[in-house]
Amino acid sequence: MSQLHPPKVLVTKIGLDGHDRGSRVVAAYLRDAGMEVLYTPPWQEISQVIRLAEEEDVDVIGISSLATDHLLVPKLMKALKKAGLDYLPVVVGGIVPDDDEKKLKKAGVRQVFHPGASREEIVSGVAALAAEARAAKEREVFA
Amino acid sequence: MTRRAKAGGTASKAVPLPLSDFDNARAAWRAEVQAGLGDKPNPKNRSGVEVQAIYTPEDRAGERYMEALGFPGQMPMTRGIYPTMHRGRTWSQRQLIGLGVPADYNARLKTILAHGGTAVSLIPCNSVYRGYDIDEMPVEILGTCGVTVNSVEDMTVCLDEIPIGDISTALNDPSPFTLLALELAVAKKRGISWSRISGTSNQSDYLSHYIANHMFFRLALPGARRVLLDHIAFAREQVPQWNSLSIVGQHMQQAGATPAEAMGLTLSSAIQYANDCLARGWDPDVFLPRFTFFFDISVSFFEEVAKFRAGRRIWADLTRNRFGAKDPRSWRFKFHGQTSGVDLTREQPLNNIPRVAVQAMAGIFGGLQSLHTDSYDEVLSVPTEAAARIAVATQNILKEEAHLTDVIDPLGGSYYVEALTDQMEVKIREVIARIDEAGGMYAAAEAGLPQQICGDSALAFARRVDDGEQTVVGVNKYRLPPEEDTQRVALKPPPRKKMDAQLKRLAQFKAARSRADVERALADLQRAAESKDENVYAKVVDAACSGVTHGEICGKLREVYGFGNPLIVA
Repeated sequence: MSQLHPPKVLVTKIGLDGHDRGSRVVAAYLRDAGMEVLYTPPWQEISQVIRLAEEEDVDVIGISSLATDHLLVPKLMKALKKAGLDYLPVVVGGIVPDDDEKKLKKAGVRQVFHPGASREEIVSGVAALAAEARAAKEREVFA
Repeated sequence: MTRRAKAGGTASKAVPLPLSDFDNARAAWRAEVQAGLGDKPNPKNRSGVEVQAIYTPEDRAGERYMEALGFPGQMPMTRGIYPTMHRGRTWSQRQLIGLGVPADYNARLKTILAHGGTAVSLIPCNSVYRGYDIDEMPVEILGTCGVTVNSVEDMTVCLDEIPIGDISTALNDPSPFTLLALELAVAKKRGISWSRISGTSNQSDYLSHYIANHMFFRLALPGARRVLLDHIAFAREQVPQWNSLSIVGQHMQQAGATPAEAMGLTLSSAIQYANDCLARGWDPDVFLPRFTFFFDISVSFFEEVAKFRAGRRIWADLTRNRFGAKDPRSWRFKFHGQTSGVDLTREQPLNNIPRVAVQAMAGIFGGLQSLHTDSYDEVLSVPTEAAARIAVATQNILKEEAHLTDVIDPLGGSYYVEALTDQMEVKIREVIARIDEAGGMYAAAEAGLPQQICGDSALAFARRVDDGEQTVVGVNKYRLPPEEDTQRVALKPPPRKKMDAQLKRLAQFKAARSRADVERALADLQRAAESKDENVYAKVVDAACSGVTHGEICGKLREVYGFGNPLIVA
């Protein structure tokens, strides 16, 4: 993993809901851990998330969902693939029923953080995925 | 009152008593406590009030009963807003419901009413909250968090066989209040006079949406402000039993504000709305009796009781002394409480049942008028039927088995509760003063100050949980191995087929309307919105009666006023 820049994480919300307590706390935790956080207002269009991820060269995409917006994540995964960004790890945090978690994982989501997830779990989970994404990007550059 | 509140708090400020049995006993007790607890610091509650190990008459030295407490229904209202309180009439059991399509909602509503629910509540789909019809939104998430209600036809189905002229309806209906407009259209069709329609526009507090949850924000602030005031004016004349303004502390506490901060910010919003009404030249005794409040109830039991008692006392003081209201009805701090979802855990979810019971008790002892108890599974999904039934049963048990309502303000007079009420009052008034200094809640929200307060406290609380200072059972203590922690049943979203059928119904409804009526109603709405003094809300109601849909009404007003992108402070 490149030591030049700290991991860069996009923390965002797609869909209809605007509750942002969780995403704000997570953003602060990641920043405290030395990561760079790109934080957006809620209600982002999927195309907007793709554009941001690409332009800002983020390492991890974090989607926060309280009120069923996670059901749109499979659409996001497809769009990422289409844009050639499917090496970017996506994590989801919030209210995600068990059955839906399976569906999200199947769609390629790397990790789902539920409401009781600790700071430690979130920070270390995201950091590990960011390192992986960096390695994948470097492979692409040198390939 | 402020001076008394400041003097009431800690032992060190109390008037010294002559050496007596009390002093000897206290000295002996202190020595034993010192031996037992050592120098362990006093705990602080969520609002930052340090609590002593015991409270005694010493903490209440100098208290003047009539000034601080009085009798229920009389100033300073600390003990309750009505003379008989829960002994006369208990609270409305108002379970939030809404899922799927209108027919699903109607069936669920009838079940809730059959199980002890005494009032209607309606939670619309998030697409409705955002100001759109279902045909403008991704189908995957429609009806997953509330009912898809867009047209007078949808509302007719939602309220089928519900006696809306006799029981009150609480609509989660932010500006421009299209759900009330649709209900009034249904009433008109059914021949029910609008004077019999009673209930509340929940979520009418656009400032709280702008600040805290950004979920329902539809119109930019100036437009939202205009439509709210027109809505209040309209309801006053046409729907006199309607509480047109519900000022919401729940969002801000759920977004992280401490109980004291949430109360202070909410009262600051109320001050803003009262000032806006005064600026229209209205008499405070005409609009203040229709103000209602909506609060979160956390599991921090005594703190919540004290929050409500202090809030009630401050509101009575503000209405009478700041706004000059003379009618006792203007001084009444009427509030709905909802048990806090933030306190619920996904881990060992059945533990949420006792949590909700404790939260509900805090609200009841705090003197609420209406209560929603969360279902234990609300942290997993929209409530399942079985869990919702337990939430209702919890209220029935507290109301009818446990004898909580036999005595009015039963915790009043507790040395601790009274001292804490005073200290919470001081904290709450500090927040109000801060917002006053920032130019009132409207200006403060534009500048991001309350957003900052909520975010900072959310983070501070999360850190306390992560650092183990605040126990959350099953989360940072008493955890079960994941394989044993499996009682998690989540409600399935409505089947796609159902939503496709609903989309078809909406298309048919739109096609069958009189195009001319719709265009005329939308033109009237636009003209009113662009005018200086025409009542915009009267045109919203006309439009709903003419078959214009929710999304069309919101769309037209967005054109005029702009969309309200919330200010994000993070």
